[in-house]
Amino acid sequence: MQINKNLLVVEIENLSFAYDKELVLEDINLNVYDKDFLVLIGPNGGGKSTLVKLVLGINHIQDGSIKILNKPVGKSIPSVGYVAQNTNININFPIKVIEVVMMGDNSRISSVFGYKKEEISHAMEILRQVGMQDFAKQKISSLSGGQRQRVMIARALYSNPKILLLDEPTSSIDVEGQKQIYELLKELNKKVCIIVVSHDLSITLEYATKVAHINKKLSYHDLNSLKKEFDTNSGHICEVELLEMLSRHRC
Amino acid sequence: MLEILSYEFIQNAIIAGLLVSFAAGIIGSLIVVNRMVFLAGGIAHAAYGGIGIAIFTGIPIFLGTSIFAVIAALLMALVTINQRDKIDIFIGLIWAVGMAIGIIFIDLTPGYNVDLMGYLFGSILAVNDSDLYFMGFLFVVILLVVTFKYRYILAVSYDSEYAGLSGINVKFYYTLILVLSALTIVVTMKIVGLILVIALLTIPIYIAQNISSSLYSMMIISGFIASFFTMVGLYLSYTFDLTSGASIILVSAFSLIVFMIISKLRKKS
Repeated sequence: MQINKNLLVVEIENLSFAYDKELVLEDINLNVYDKDFLVLIGPNGGGKSTLVKLVLGINHIQDGSIKILNKPVGKSIPSVGYVAQNTNININFPIKVIEVVMMGDNSRISSVFGYKKEEISHAMEILRQVGMQDFAKQKISSLSGGQRQRVMIARALYSNPKILLLDEPTSSIDVEGQKQIYELLKELNKKVCIIVVSHDLSITLEYATKVAHINKKLSYHDLNSLKKEFDTNSGHICEVELLEMLSRHRC
Repeated sequence: MLEILSYEFIQNAIIAGLLVSFAAGIIGSLIVVNRMVFLAGGIAHAAYGGIGIAIFTGIPIFLGTSIFAVIAALLMALVTINQRDKIDIFIGLIWAVGMAIGIIFIDLTPGYNVDLMGYLFGSILAVNDSDLYFMGFLFVVILLVVTFKYRYILAVSYDSEYAGLSGINVKFYYTLILVLSALTIVVTMKIVGLILVIALLTIPIYIAQNISSSLYSMMIISGFIASFFTMVGLYLSYTFDLTSGASIILVSAFSLIVFMIISKLRKKS
């Protein structure tokens, strides 16, 4: 028995999902704990996005169950901070960074025009966490891709979620920016559980503690124990090694 | 110069021009940031069906056109919310069918002799008191909606997917924006006409977008720019006896070109 037991934040049991009659996810079981840095990998069409949509409540569950913090998945996502794949939408929209962040929680919206003082101070606090406090008053269009991604992470953190779910968070960012985003996620992982959907194995696995491979079925690996089996002096696992590990551990 | 202000039709024209310009500034901003310009064009042309039906049945034209435009907007909302990929086809369809209905009903109207040009190019100098009440009422409604629902409208306009995820009723706000657009298009048609509505709903907004840092300031700046265009156009129209709608649009287009040249030069220096 573990004394210092980690808190179970996401609990997926016997989940299956089909579009029309084609089975996309089959009998998925997955537990995610509050200190986890989990990466979901898998081929295109393997069901990654479908699983994300089910967790967020966009797709309705057909078979099985998903519980977030012990509650069945509902419509709203205050306990899950979500960062969508495409953050290049509406780049020229006339909006300030801080306004985007404050979209993160509708329950804080007062009915009349304008922003409350506590909303602004909370947003500034979150911007500080992602290192964007100096950009609060700037237009979103003046930011680089990496900076914009930080703002989107801040928006997702604004509702103080227990889980941060990111869909391909670095797909439109240069290599240096990608590393910085993952450094940030590592830092944030001290407080929240991080789930990243990615196909970019090499960079994600430097930071992840767990990895789940989805291709209709799910196979799950604890990287901490796997890493020990391999001689990774550099602390870096390359994709070849990973695929080797995965094939060995395939159930 | 000043004595022209003493004519009642000039006073009405100025009040109408200002009301419509500010309404167009607010709603035009929403149309542009939501990328609904083509949709708005569809509604504008479909509204012609309302004109035809109103003339045929004898109901007030503003009323008939408004009802028809709102129906067209609801139809657009209904078919475009769930089938984004077919949006172009539906817009084209509603656009053309609306106009065709208008033309057929005008054909069917016995002894029809209304000046069509007034609808195609606007007749700001023929605004009467009841038109003004309608415009004033619409302006107040727009102000109330934007004031009390600004945060929700902003969230839906900026990122509708995320807004939906966080529990905002995206379909409701999307439809609301379209219905307000339809009503604004109807009153704007009175000023610049059916053909030129889209110009007044986009040119001031394009300029404002470049100099605003928030949707809210974009709406206000657009309103002032549109008012300026309308007033200068009205003055030229009166002085040189030109069609008012076309004058307003040419002033707008000319200003846009000047604005673009200036911003290009400023970037270089």
